[in-house]
Amino acid sequence: MTTTDTFALELKDLRKSFGKTEIIRGVNLAVKHGERVAIIGPNGAGKSTLFNLISGRFGASSGDVLLNGTVINGMKPFEINRLGLSRSFQITNIFPKLSVFENLRCSVLWSLGYKYSFFKFLANLHDANARANELLKMVNLEKKHDVLAVNLTYAEQRALEIGITIGGGANVILLDEPTAGMSKSETTRFIALIKQVTEGKTLLTVEHDMGVVFGLADKIAVVVYGEVIAFDTPDAVRANPKVQEAYLGSAVADAQAEGH
Amino acid sequence: MTSNNKTSTINVGRWVTWGLFALVLAVAPLVFTSGLGLTVLSQMGIAIIACLSYNMLLGQGGMLSFGHAVYTGLGAFLAIHALNAVSSGALPLPVSAIPLVGGLAGMGFAALLGYVTTRKAGTTFAMITMGMGELVFAMSLMIPEFFGGEGGVSGNRVIGKAFLGITYGPPIQVYYLIAVYTFIAVVLMFAFTRTPLGRMLNAVRDNPERVEFVGYNTQRVRYTAFIIAGFFAGISGGLGALNFEIVTAEVVHAARSGAYLLFTFLGGATFFFGPIIGAILMVLAFVLFSEFTKAWLLYLGLIFLFMVMYAPGGFASLIMMNLRVAAFGKLRQLWSSYLALAVTGLVALVGAAAMVEMTYHLQLSSSEGPDIQFMGVTLNTTGLNNWLGAAAILAVGLVLFEIARRRFAREWEEIQAFIEKKMNPEDAQ
Repeated sequence: MTTTDTFALELKDLRKSFGKTEIIRGVNLAVKHGERVAIIGPNGAGKSTLFNLISGRFGASSGDVLLNGTVINGMKPFEINRLGLSRSFQITNIFPKLSVFENLRCSVLWSLGYKYSFFKFLANLHDANARANELLKMVNLEKKHDVLAVNLTYAEQRALEIGITIGGGANVILLDEPTAGMSKSETTRFIALIKQVTEGKTLLTVEHDMGVVFGLADKIAVVVYGEVIAFDTPDAVRANPKVQEAYLGSAVADAQAEGH
Repeated sequence: MTSNNKTSTINVGRWVTWGLFALVLAVAPLVFTSGLGLTVLSQMGIAIIACLSYNMLLGQGGMLSFGHAVYTGLGAFLAIHALNAVSSGALPLPVSAIPLVGGLAGMGFAALLGYVTTRKAGTTFAMITMGMGELVFAMSLMIPEFFGGEGGVSGNRVIGKAFLGITYGPPIQVYYLIAVYTFIAVVLMFAFTRTPLGRMLNAVRDNPERVEFVGYNTQRVRYTAFIIAGFFAGISGGLGALNFEIVTAEVVHAARSGAYLLFTFLGGATFFFGPIIGAILMVLAFVLFSEFTKAWLLYLGLIFLFMVMYAPGGFASLIMMNLRVAAFGKLRQLWSSYLALAVTGLVALVGAAAMVEMTYHLQLSSSEGPDIQFMGVTLNTTGLNNWLGAAAILAVGLVLFEIARRRFAREWEEIQAFIEKKMNPEDAQ
């Protein structure tokens, strides 16, 4: 699938209206394989909507989304997922009444080809169980193997959400505010975790913490009022007067004051 | 190594459980030897398959169906027609295989009608299943050729040559056929919960949106599970057709669907074995309890209300919670509270039941005179003091019950906190 002449993810003049209001107003974006992109922008700029359009949760009003060169707009979320794009959610989205292990196992079954099988026992699926255990280790939840997901702490649930997102081995990962609601120290630890588990994958993440953004991303896309006004390396974005004017200003100064 | 030991003990436990289940099925008719006993046991087997198949939808898939009797019922009709075809020599099939015809019919109709119902989840799903139920019942009145009109369709299971002396003439032979089907169906439905589809069905119940983002089509998961549930429902219907040798339109009626829902819930939808308890209660209520009192549906409604309010997990969750308390050696502390609850509850029940029975007598059989026998006492349904007495007993019972309930709730909370602490020592610093 990975060819050098196509982008991992490409958005072409993507638009989305809710009623008469146009929320996404012609977004163009091309993300290379293995690139880590942070999407920043003020509240209501359309960052989450953009993720919902890419992942198939909403249909676009016009324009195209290409995953590894394949047009995916109009496809259902599960079809897009099978093509190798996986996402997490801003509001924790897990299987509350299943154990942590079962949550992770559910996330790997399709990618290992088990589909809707009811002639095999889960206990005998050695590859699925090994993969779920591996994920369990990756997100540091080994001790919570049998705990129901609903009984985890908030930070643990966020970690589980990441585990479910990467479970199917997708090459393009979308994380919608993965550190929302976490304390400073939790955020630092969590970003390290994200870096580690998305090694070698194409990553798009919506993030508010500027320190995190500049530490994590190869490139930053600045979304304001449904348009990408800048898409460049962190340094170039920081220096971009248009960005400073529109949005960054004080936030960049804060980040620099903290030593970035 | 420890994990190896663990799995082997689990396996032994599982063999023992299934062995006991088979033993109970085999020995039950030797214990309850009367004709009524055998009737009740046969119906229990049939109901167990029906309720477990219903719980595939409700408990495991989060699908609140109001029309499950469509699949048990149509299975029963197809089975009785197949039986008649065997009688007339048109169909070369052993009688023992008739329930399978019911199963295939239930599966076929589930594939047909479920294609529409399982498109949607939640309230919409519930509404559509209800509509399907009404539709099929209306059809049963419109097509008497198939549904047999008011008299239903009857058949005769004693046909063909006896195989090893099995003619299915004596009810005991039918019971053992039902028992074998029940055992196999329960094993298969339990096995289903351990398969990829079974687990994804739980995931769809918990969070359908997330399922779409791990590669699964939720509609397809629901649809496939619905068809499988339809198969087992049809088996149950087919066994019913063999057992009663008559199938009437009421088998597809909404009341039957409602009974599956109610008793599956009472038994406990969150545990696999819950619906088995529910099915046993269902047969006891319909066959035995309905003989005791005309007001049995009213009592049933009260019990249902009570369970929804105080124990939404049904009897199965009550059992499991108390087993957990017992495992931590705390059950003895609760004895006095349970006794208090039982006694005060009984007092309130006696008061309420006296009033209910007097009301029913006044409304339905006042021509037989004003007196009724209630728990060995003669009550005059027109005498004011009897009514006041019953009301007083009810009121006193209720007040005492509430006091006992509060005390119990306090103790229960303490014990649960204690257990939580023991289970997660590092969390409770």
